[in-house]
Amino acid sequence: MTTTLSERATSGWVSALRPDRRYLPVLGTLAVLALMLVIGGTRYDNFLTPIVYSNLFINNAHLIALAVGMTFVILTGGIDLSVGSVLALSTVIIASLLQAGWPVAVVLPVAVLTGSLIGLAHGVMIQVFGVQPFVATLAGMFFARGLCFVIAPESIPIDDPAFTALAGWDSWMGHFRTTAAVVIALAVVVIGFVVLHYTRFGRTVYAIGGGEQSAMLMGLAVSRTKVLAYVVSGTCAALGGLLFAMGNRSGYALNGVAMELDAIAAVVIGGTLLTGGTGFVLGSLLGVLTLGTIQTVIQFEGNLSSWWTKIVIGVLLLIFVVLQRALSLRKT
Amino acid sequence: MRQALRHHLFWPVAALVVLVVANTIAKPSFLQVSVIDGHLFGAPIDILRAAAPLLLIALGMTLVIATRGIDLSVGAVVAVSGAVALEYISASPDPGSPVTVLVAVAIALGLSLLLGLWNGFLVTVLGIQPIIATLILMTAGRGVAMLITGGFITTVTSEPYKGLNSGFFLGLPSAVWIAVGLFVIVAVTVRRTALGMLLEATGINPAASRLAGVRSRTLTWTVYAAAGLFAGLAGILVSADTMAADANNAGIFIELDAILAVVIGGTALSGGKFNLSGTFAGVLVIATLERTVTVLGISPHVTPLFMALVVVTVTLLQSPRVRERFAVAALRRRPVSDVARGGAAQVSDDGAGAPASPGTEAPGPDIEQAPVPDAEPSAAPDDEKEVTR
Repeated sequence: MTTTLSERATSGWVSALRPDRRYLPVLGTLAVLALMLVIGGTRYDNFLTPIVYSNLFINNAHLIALAVGMTFVILTGGIDLSVGSVLALSTVIIASLLQAGWPVAVVLPVAVLTGSLIGLAHGVMIQVFGVQPFVATLAGMFFARGLCFVIAPESIPIDDPAFTALAGWDSWMGHFRTTAAVVIALAVVVIGFVVLHYTRFGRTVYAIGGGEQSAMLMGLAVSRTKVLAYVVSGTCAALGGLLFAMGNRSGYALNGVAMELDAIAAVVIGGTLLTGGTGFVLGSLLGVLTLGTIQTVIQFEGNLSSWWTKIVIGVLLLIFVVLQRALSLRKT
Repeated sequence: MRQALRHHLFWPVAALVVLVVANTIAKPSFLQVSVIDGHLFGAPIDILRAAAPLLLIALGMTLVIATRGIDLSVGAVVAVSGAVALEYISASPDPGSPVTVLVAVAIALGLSLLLGLWNGFLVTVLGIQPIIATLILMTAGRGVAMLITGGFITTVTSEPYKGLNSGFFLGLPSAVWIAVGLFVIVAVTVRRTALGMLLEATGINPAASRLAGVRSRTLTWTVYAAAGLFAGLAGILVSADTMAADANNAGIFIELDAILAVVIGGTALSGGKFNLSGTFAGVLVIATLERTVTVLGISPHVTPLFMALVVVTVTLLQSPRVRERFAVAALRRRPVSDVARGGAAQVSDDGAGAPASPGTEAPGPDIEQAPVPDAEPSAAPDDEKEVTR
């Protein structure tokens, strides 16, 4: 079973090397990422070093998890604005429960399941009550953010020995450093990839994005899949909170403000169409890495102020969106 | 009673009344308005003044949403507009002169209009989805605002500029005059001319309305430009309130509040039928809610939680499914209205078919979302749908 999986996966990669139209946006992202790395490498010493790559993953582990969940939702043609707040809620729950002396083995599932539950609420509101995804998840965003402040208005440090041991675990592969957070984030990417491409649920997600009516007429479980997509996104957001807490060793209600925009930007830059139906989890990973590289370049530049990050991300979004638009126009 | 229940203003106004009653119970002097120096003072006036920027933005947002769009960039435009105006004033030799202030306001509004035009260009000419098109400016806009202020919070002292928000005219704060005045002007323009109908036609079916001779593209573009302009004006009010241009926090999340106000007011995000009176009520609900939380002595950080509860309640009550329940329950109680169904069968066509006739008022698809006052026949199609399911 595993061999066939990897065979199919590799054949997917081989065909990606040939210019298949579906892969063009992702290849574009890859090209931009490579270009930025090359420019960075020629401009600054120490840019193309393993530690920079490692930090790219370590600093963005939470965003990777968020972007994977967001990819599912956007593929169905929806959107999830709540991920930043759910991330914050998850960090606050973890920190406050650990402070109250609960064991790690209970706290982490509780935090992640809270995210799933919020995702489920979104899904039910959207699917059963016909509320628009934008409004439903906006309400969820406010709800989660408000709940954070009800639980703990101040930042809570995490000093639970088991948690800090987990967060502090790292391993060196040559000069590349991997932390537990990165391992979890990459596991999320792999699971997301497999689920999207090799399960009935994943294929239904694509079918819904391609045309909900058609999917319904084909007899696919549209309602269940759409609700599940939001559950996936909520779960991923809560996992993102866990990764964020592992990085910061604290829980704070103001974590991840406007992070949903980063996640959406990463997904869009990664080549997923907001109308749904087209896109890849690996593209979203590349999108996150691209955003991370922009930040790294601006840090290396030194004299550039942080607000240039926002402007550059905006310009990059513009370029990608216009390119996607041009591509989709040519297709029709 | 049923007619009132089905009116689009019912739920937002009910929410508002509940909030006001809760406030009055918590603090009996809540509704008291006193006259000091010929100016009106009191909680309702404060709420109106605080709601002025949101009102302007929600006004633009309603029109944008009517064309099936959305504008996420308004918060960033608020920041840019305030930054430009205050930078100009602080750099000018005479910050207190009305001419300086006038020029600053003109520059800020001009730039906001330009940003609105840019959004409209992306949406109409390049055909990019509104969410993404405006997301670009939402992200980059705050960066631009910080670029303008150089990363600092610019503060100035300029009496005329301050007067734009907290000055008084005929007893009311000038911010209220500006916002409510513009709101009324736009509402009258939209509803007393064919403009509103054309906007709805564009939102219900852009292609069909274009074929029917509606200049959808120009209309849509205009609406985004207007949303930008109104956001710029809101930015001036916000910065005149604090007399500081905070590129990071000015107008933060105001786009979300505005969208909520529009949704609470009963305008569906899917475009088409819009009602500005509902938006007005929605803005008041949000502003009163924020005030309530302070009156009740709860941390303002918890406000979002209450906001979420209000939004969930109102949107669920407005959702077709719940409305059907209401309609069915009402019909069961009064089987006589079967007679009315015969007359209503003609308009019971589901939303998909009707947009082809945007020239007429298109009564068919609107019944579900915004029931017309004569609720009697409109109850029947809802029921019919329930049966056919």
